[in-house]
Amino acid sequence: MSEQVVKLTDLRPGQAARVEAFTTNGANMYRLMEMGLIPGTMIRYVRPAPMGDPLEFEIRGYNLSLRRAEAESISVAV
Amino acid sequence: METAGLPRRRKGQEALADARIFAVVGNPNSGKTTLFNALTGMRQKVGNYPGVTVERKEGICYSQHGHPIRLIDLPGSYSLNARSPDERIMVDVLLGKQPDIGVPDGVVCVIDSSNLERNLFLATQVVQLQLPTILVLNMSDVAEARGIRIDTEELSRRLGCVVIACSASTGKGLLELRLAMSRADLPVPTYRVSEPEVVRAGIEELAPGMKRSVQPDLRLARAEAMLLLIADELPEGNPHTTRARLIRQRLDRDAPGWRSQLITVRYARIGELMQDTVKRFDPGRASISDRLDAVFLHPFWGFVVLAGVMGFLFYSIFKLATPFMDGVDTAFAALGTYMGDVLPAGPLRDLVVDGIIGGVGGVVIFLPQILMLFLFIGLLESTGYMARAAFILDRAMSRVGLHGRSFIPLLSSYACAVPGIMATRTIESAKDRLVTILVAPFMTCSARLPVYLVMIAAFLPAGRASAVEKALMLLFLYAAGTAAAFLFALIFKKTLVKGVTPNLVMELPPYRAPRLRHVLMEMYDRSKIFLRRAGTVIFGLSIILWFVLNYPKPPAGMEEDALSYSAGGRMGQMVEPVFEPLGYDWRVSVGILSSFAAREVFVSTMAIIFHIDDEGEDQDNLVSILRRQTREDGSVLFTPLTCLSIMVFFVFALQCVSTVAVVRRETNSWRWPIFQVVFMFALAWVAAMLVYQGGTLLGFS
Repeated sequence: MSEQVVKLTDLRPGQAARVEAFTTNGANMYRLMEMGLIPGTMIRYVRPAPMGDPLEFEIRGYNLSLRRAEAESISVAV
Repeated sequence: METAGLPRRRKGQEALADARIFAVVGNPNSGKTTLFNALTGMRQKVGNYPGVTVERKEGICYSQHGHPIRLIDLPGSYSLNARSPDERIMVDVLLGKQPDIGVPDGVVCVIDSSNLERNLFLATQVVQLQLPTILVLNMSDVAEARGIRIDTEELSRRLGCVVIACSASTGKGLLELRLAMSRADLPVPTYRVSEPEVVRAGIEELAPGMKRSVQPDLRLARAEAMLLLIADELPEGNPHTTRARLIRQRLDRDAPGWRSQLITVRYARIGELMQDTVKRFDPGRASISDRLDAVFLHPFWGFVVLAGVMGFLFYSIFKLATPFMDGVDTAFAALGTYMGDVLPAGPLRDLVVDGIIGGVGGVVIFLPQILMLFLFIGLLESTGYMARAAFILDRAMSRVGLHGRSFIPLLSSYACAVPGIMATRTIESAKDRLVTILVAPFMTCSARLPVYLVMIAAFLPAGRASAVEKALMLLFLYAAGTAAAFLFALIFKKTLVKGVTPNLVMELPPYRAPRLRHVLMEMYDRSKIFLRRAGTVIFGLSIILWFVLNYPKPPAGMEEDALSYSAGGRMGQMVEPVFEPLGYDWRVSVGILSSFAAREVFVSTMAIIFHIDDEGEDQDNLVSILRRQTREDGSVLFTPLTCLSIMVFFVFALQCVSTVAVVRRETNSWRWPIFQVVFMFALAWVAAMLVYQGGTLLGFS
């Protein structure tokens, strides 16, 4: 079974993936990690906001909202 | 300073001076505040931490022996790595850096049991501070319903501290918690997540220096050293910053990725902990929330619901509050009549009936509507819908350089800009915080309501205006204020306060039944603040106004012109040229001038001015009195166009001493509040002038 590494924003609504890495090293990266977004964690894309941004995700049993610009810098494995 | 312990603030009462202090911490949305309320009830007080504008909430609860225990409700956070003023206060209090609290005697760490993993991140950090800690597994009823069983005894053994399952909303576990807090021998936790050796070395290098100048306790100094090393940005002006920076550079070189590692290792250890203590964990979210979100966050229905909620909010301010307002009106009228009968004729009676009761009553009558507003905001917040609204509106907010989190301060500003501006402390980016503060006063605050309602009634034809027409006008005014806020946010972001748009990271908590008791307590607090303001500021201003408008008395034979002889009248006449292009005469100008202290005072002033002029009609409704007023040339004063001009002026002008005070505190300088007042006055003047002149040119009146 081959795995593909894509951007978090490439997921379809309802699709789950595994967090691989952060492609930019912004200060926000540590914040997201502290909230549970670390490599190896399962993350599920729930839905976009009605205006298309931000995006709702589910990780570690709770729901998180991220802006598209931020989610783009997270790579995941499907 | 060579002391072993930092001094505690001494209260008047003996018992409180020795009362133990517990800090209450936890994630946002963990039910921390509900727990705090359940423990302290009405024995709470809200203030500020010295030097910063973070709200400080303290309360008293009683031990099983009847001794008072001081509880401090600290701001919620996801980790000890502080990124906003709120979070910094939380960390400062825990580390004993708040001078009047000192090192807390214990910590109550509140955890959302249905969301254990993420909550344990903060909890394991707090536990590592080695203060006597009680871990509260809150919302245990929700967790059980979702099939989560936590072995509290095993968890307690592993962490080395007391663990209590609670459900703050039902009261379960609260007695056990109070008993635990009463213990003299509360254990110090033993659990720790070890750092890599190089990091440990760095901490040991930094900590002793911090102990001498900041911390009396080496173990807390170590914690502080660690937090300094992992801080996103090293603070300016901290004497240890240079050293910390060198150590960080060394760590980056010798152990790259050490900061990520600290986080991943902690989560790995949490995973191990949970494996041994949590049985049958089903990490699926409550399906009710998901089903509700499918509608509330739907691309089309989401907007419909949001518009519906907002519309209902504004309509109910009109309709549902009316019977209460009538009640207040009747009460004040009765009081006025009673005082009129009881007091002998003369200046004192005039002062009391016209000045005080008329002035204060004209403002207190709006209390029901303000309460309605606070009720709604409280319900939206506690059900979790507020986060959805921020989620939906974030795109529009970020287009003007604001943050989804700006939504709550701005929405709160619909009730009152003062708490709204105070709520901006949760916005991490200083630039976005400033922009939010600068535009918050544009949001139509409840103090404008009295002015709008009177002017709308005067604007619309007498007797024929329906509630819908009134509501539409009100909606228009609200929309104008809101549009101004967004427009100027964009302008400020592009000019004065250039900066990067921040990122939105926000939790969408599961929907919960509204915590009515909590909401009601909030409403009670807010109404106290409003009444205190009415009771003091407006009361004082009413008296001053009454004197200023009645004295000096005119010479004998000139009684019809009494107003123009008074000090206030003269001031109004002096500034009349300034306001003439807007369609106001000098009497309205007096009102505008006085409203710069507080907007509601405009109504009181109008009541006093025109009451004075119109001696024979004591019980008449203010609006009908206003309609009958004429200018010197005999034309009607309060024409629809003039009313509109007044309303437009109030949309844009900053007329509130309290707002100026709060902005000054939050921005730590006079520069911004002064800029705000001047800028908004100019804007209001121009807008009202355009409305009046433009309307006159087009043939309206």
